[in-house]
Amino acid sequence: MFDAIQAFLSGFLYDWLAITLTLLLQAIAVILPIMLVVAWLTYAERKVIGYMQVRMGPNRVGPIGLLQPIADALKLMTKEVIFPAQSNKYLFIIAPILAIAPAVAAYAVIPFSEGVVVTDINAGVLYVLAVSSILVYGTIVAGWASNSKYAFLGALRGSAQKISYEIAMGFALVTVLMIAGTMNLTEIVQGQQGGIWNWYLLPLLPMFFVYFISGLAETNRTPFDVIEGEAEIVAGFHVDYSGMTFGVFMLAEYAMMILISFMTAIMFLGGWLSPFEGIPLLETLFAWVPQLAWLSIKVAFLLFVFLWLRATFPRYRYDQLMRLGWKVLIPLTIVWVFVVGAMKYFDFGPWFN
Amino acid sequence: MSFEQFIFYLLAAIASLSGLLMITVKNPVKAALWLVLAFISTAGLWIMAQAEFLGLVLILVYVGAVMVLFLFVVMMLDINMAILKEGFTRYLPIGALAAIAIFALMYLVLGPNHFGLDKVAAPVSQAADYSNTKAIAIPLYTEHVYAFILAAVLLLVGIVAAIALTLRRRPNGTVLYQDIDKQNRTLAKDRFVMVKMDAVVEKPPVITEGEEKK
Repeated sequence: MFDAIQAFLSGFLYDWLAITLTLLLQAIAVILPIMLVVAWLTYAERKVIGYMQVRMGPNRVGPIGLLQPIADALKLMTKEVIFPAQSNKYLFIIAPILAIAPAVAAYAVIPFSEGVVVTDINAGVLYVLAVSSILVYGTIVAGWASNSKYAFLGALRGSAQKISYEIAMGFALVTVLMIAGTMNLTEIVQGQQGGIWNWYLLPLLPMFFVYFISGLAETNRTPFDVIEGEAEIVAGFHVDYSGMTFGVFMLAEYAMMILISFMTAIMFLGGWLSPFEGIPLLETLFAWVPQLAWLSIKVAFLLFVFLWLRATFPRYRYDQLMRLGWKVLIPLTIVWVFVVGAMKYFDFGPWFN
Repeated sequence: MSFEQFIFYLLAAIASLSGLLMITVKNPVKAALWLVLAFISTAGLWIMAQAEFLGLVLILVYVGAVMVLFLFVVMMLDINMAILKEGFTRYLPIGALAAIAIFALMYLVLGPNHFGLDKVAAPVSQAADYSNTKAIAIPLYTEHVYAFILAAVLLLVGIVAAIALTLRRRPNGTVLYQDIDKQNRTLAKDRFVMVKMDAVVEKPPVITEGEEKK
């Protein structure tokens, strides 16, 4: 579809302008739905946690509170953006952009269905890992530029935590690469074809948990949200942010949550593949379900787990968090790299042929 | 100008500009951030030169890890710029001389008369499904495997040495250590004892001081 648009545009525009415009359209086509999902994810979060704590959650704006995200967005946009005295103005403004840009840019390689992907690059997994590693700068720059002790402490905690958990995350991805033999996300999903037992969930079960836990730490969600531990450092790295600059940080956090869910679904849960593949009756019965729907169901479930964990667990203490990352998850991933190597050598199960 | 050329010149301009700003800007934190921008735009240039693995690894390793640690250190240090700038004018001639010498050497080796399509053949343009990662991995793990393992061992030794240098062992008596495994293994019954006591009925306040009860 976008090739046709580009061909149409280059009929009366410069070539480079036509390409830029097409890229812009593609970006909007991906980012706009993501931002809408982010908006109603905040609503879902408040509702889910509300019901888990036997409350109603938001129910004033619109039917059963469905318009609450719009009200929130309006409120954030109309509020004043306050610059703390002695803060570094440019960096203070750039920090939220640094936080959201990588979170959104990573969607460029996520395949939403077979062939529905902005750029189908060979090194897709590496690209996601590289782009999400830039995410740290949003936190660090925000903490430093606001010239506040609380913000600075939050930034230091956050960046140390993200760097530590990135290693476990990278190793978990290495096992996926070993089993799939490719870094292209589309091919990773295609490698899981042939029914639920062909998904990489089973041979990589510990890595699935490692990846998801690292994802929790990477997005600073409970139980790893020491970065904004209210009891100790007020609101962490974004204490001094107000209005939409704060809102952009929130958008980045939720966009990252959705990204982690997409990556988990694609790499361990068969992406857009139906779970009923290869089962005689159910396969034909559910053949009409579009690929995007299967992927969305998986992503929605993983997002629900994010919210569920938030309602269930208390916050980790900082040293416990570091211990879990360095002394539990990383050794586990290193062991599992060897286990997957052995599985590959012995052609174990349906995953290695 | 084709789209690729446009992107190339854009990234090249950002890279050189941020490199220049990185050495001229006063604040060390800002200098580190300019260096990050230089890394990112260089990674973009590498990707344009069909080295996408190297480009992405540059971002992952240098931007995502090394520079973060750098920033950490620079942010925590209280650097007094006045002391650092002391004697700047006194040493300027020597510094300028050294800079000119280095620039001349670089010009001799990297000057424009060493490059061009007549000196170096244009790189082969690979198809879209050409995996750069595999192209690097196969010689790395076959031809150069011993050198590769040796480099890995060297890095491991470096890690162990760094940890050993900073490890501070203090006897158990002087410092209270937390044993997190022990903490995690703790059950409710280790901490909480139910004591069965007879109910005490309060007597009317008449006589001496009431006995303390818990």
